[in-house]
Amino acid sequence: MQRWLTFDTFGALVLALVWISPLAYAAWAAFHDVHAAVGLDLSAPWTLENFYAVWQQAPWLSYLFNTVRLVTMVLAGQLVLCTLAGFAFARFAFPGRDVVFIVVLMQLFILPEVLIVENYAIVSRLGLFNTTLGIGLPYMASAFGIFLLRQAFKSVPKELEEAARVEGCSWMGVLWRVYIPAARPVYLAYALVSVATHWNNFLWPLIVTNSPQTRPLTVGLSLFGAPESGVDISLISAATLMTIAPLLVAFIIFQRQFMQAFLTSGIK
Amino acid sequence: MTHMVKQERRRAALYGWMLLSPALVLFTTFVFAPTVATLWQSLFSAGTRRRPPAFVGLDNYADLIADPVFWRVVGNNLLYTGIAVPASIALALGMALWANARIPARAFVRVAYFTPAMLPMIAAANLWLFFYTPGFGPLAALGLGSVNWLGQPETALWAVTVVAVWKEAGFFMVFYLAALQTIPPDLREAAQIEGAGRWTYTRRVVLPLLMPTTLFVLVNALINSVRLIDQLFILTKGGPDNASKLILYWMWELAFSYFDAPRAAAMTVLVLMVLCLVAVVQFTLIDRRAHYR
Repeated sequence: MQRWLTFDTFGALVLALVWISPLAYAAWAAFHDVHAAVGLDLSAPWTLENFYAVWQQAPWLSYLFNTVRLVTMVLAGQLVLCTLAGFAFARFAFPGRDVVFIVVLMQLFILPEVLIVENYAIVSRLGLFNTTLGIGLPYMASAFGIFLLRQAFKSVPKELEEAARVEGCSWMGVLWRVYIPAARPVYLAYALVSVATHWNNFLWPLIVTNSPQTRPLTVGLSLFGAPESGVDISLISAATLMTIAPLLVAFIIFQRQFMQAFLTSGIK
Repeated sequence: MTHMVKQERRRAALYGWMLLSPALVLFTTFVFAPTVATLWQSLFSAGTRRRPPAFVGLDNYADLIADPVFWRVVGNNLLYTGIAVPASIALALGMALWANARIPARAFVRVAYFTPAMLPMIAAANLWLFFYTPGFGPLAALGLGSVNWLGQPETALWAVTVVAVWKEAGFFMVFYLAALQTIPPDLREAAQIEGAGRWTYTRRVVLPLLMPTTLFVLVNALINSVRLIDQLFILTKGGPDNASKLILYWMWELAFSYFDAPRAAAMTVLVLMVLCLVAVVQFTLIDRRAHYR
């Protein structure tokens, strides 16, 4: 037993070190001269030059602002739309409901990424090309969010609702005062997953943006890392570190909540 | 009385549809309409200024199938899926067993495994770029410096796959970890009393109990192996000579580099058909056997 434990500890730690090493290496390279980084010269002096240079070369602040705006807009839209739809599916009986629900669930498999070509045409026709709304709108009616909230609302005891109705609450009042507070943990989990997903999203924003005024961080980073600008390990490390820092710091502080969130949202 | 019931019912239907309508409008605009439009477009030739698009039946599909690049890309994606899915699931399971064991520095171990899952794929690709650059970087220090991982057809696809596994395994680990924590400790004690070794306990007790999780993770991993291709934009651009090109990347190229909308549409329809197949398998086979809480 004891022998197994030490073997486990050793294996787990080695794998953890291997797993974190690309990130650790980038963190180290970002603070060193490119020659030191390439040669793995551990005695080389630390420097902030790379960050300074990277900051000069691209409108990072604008990218960051665009990402924050995008993530906020998508989340706000999702929360409103999925709450309404989830409430309808959970608490209203009407003809056609179950068929519509299955159709909505199909969207879990028709990935938005697969429909990029046609959605590009639609977003352009709507006049939303190169706007934050254009990036966010296709994600706002999230089948996944609707499903999660429907489950959460269904588990609220009907007596609570009836009590509120007796007190004279309208339907919207019941939703606002009874259902939404009861589903708070689900909202939190969904929000964390949504923010992480859209902070990291790349392909669709790449297609529907063409200016620094709308490009999110991921697209900005991909342009920066393009081979045309030459592979300078230290600079790319610094840029990568800068773009992932906000989410990474948030994750390290709230790691328990993040993992729990992915879990809540993953278990159907 | 019946009149009132009827009215109440009618009102519930009205409210229900009203609450659904914003979401349904967006679904129609960005999911259902594009799906139908893609299907429609895949049956027409590309129009030019002089010549409107003409109905060509399944010609676009025939074109695709006759194209060796199509088979290359499909083959690449099958290999990508065939390696990345089992590798990331196996690693996730191993990570979860370790991260659940009573070992020192467990919090660090968990964070280390999970952190790649939090990064954008573009950033992950940037991190790996150094490892793959020939002549320097940490792999060079290991004596593997002369290999041009991304530049030669034999290794490019593998290099791209490794990044996907690195990013995915920790994500799937979380689901295993949660499932492991629901296994009652009495089972382990019972197994020990019966004289079952650790390996037997893992294989005969733990793995079967993790089956629903494995199926759930499997479906997600399959879907991600179609979706998760951002690293190609940084690492290989599908090259060299299409050696690492994957389906979604090729679709993007067809539509936005070659402006070949009909073939892009036909390719989209094929992918949608595969995804529908996954959906059908999920709903009919897996949901019946796996019981998600």
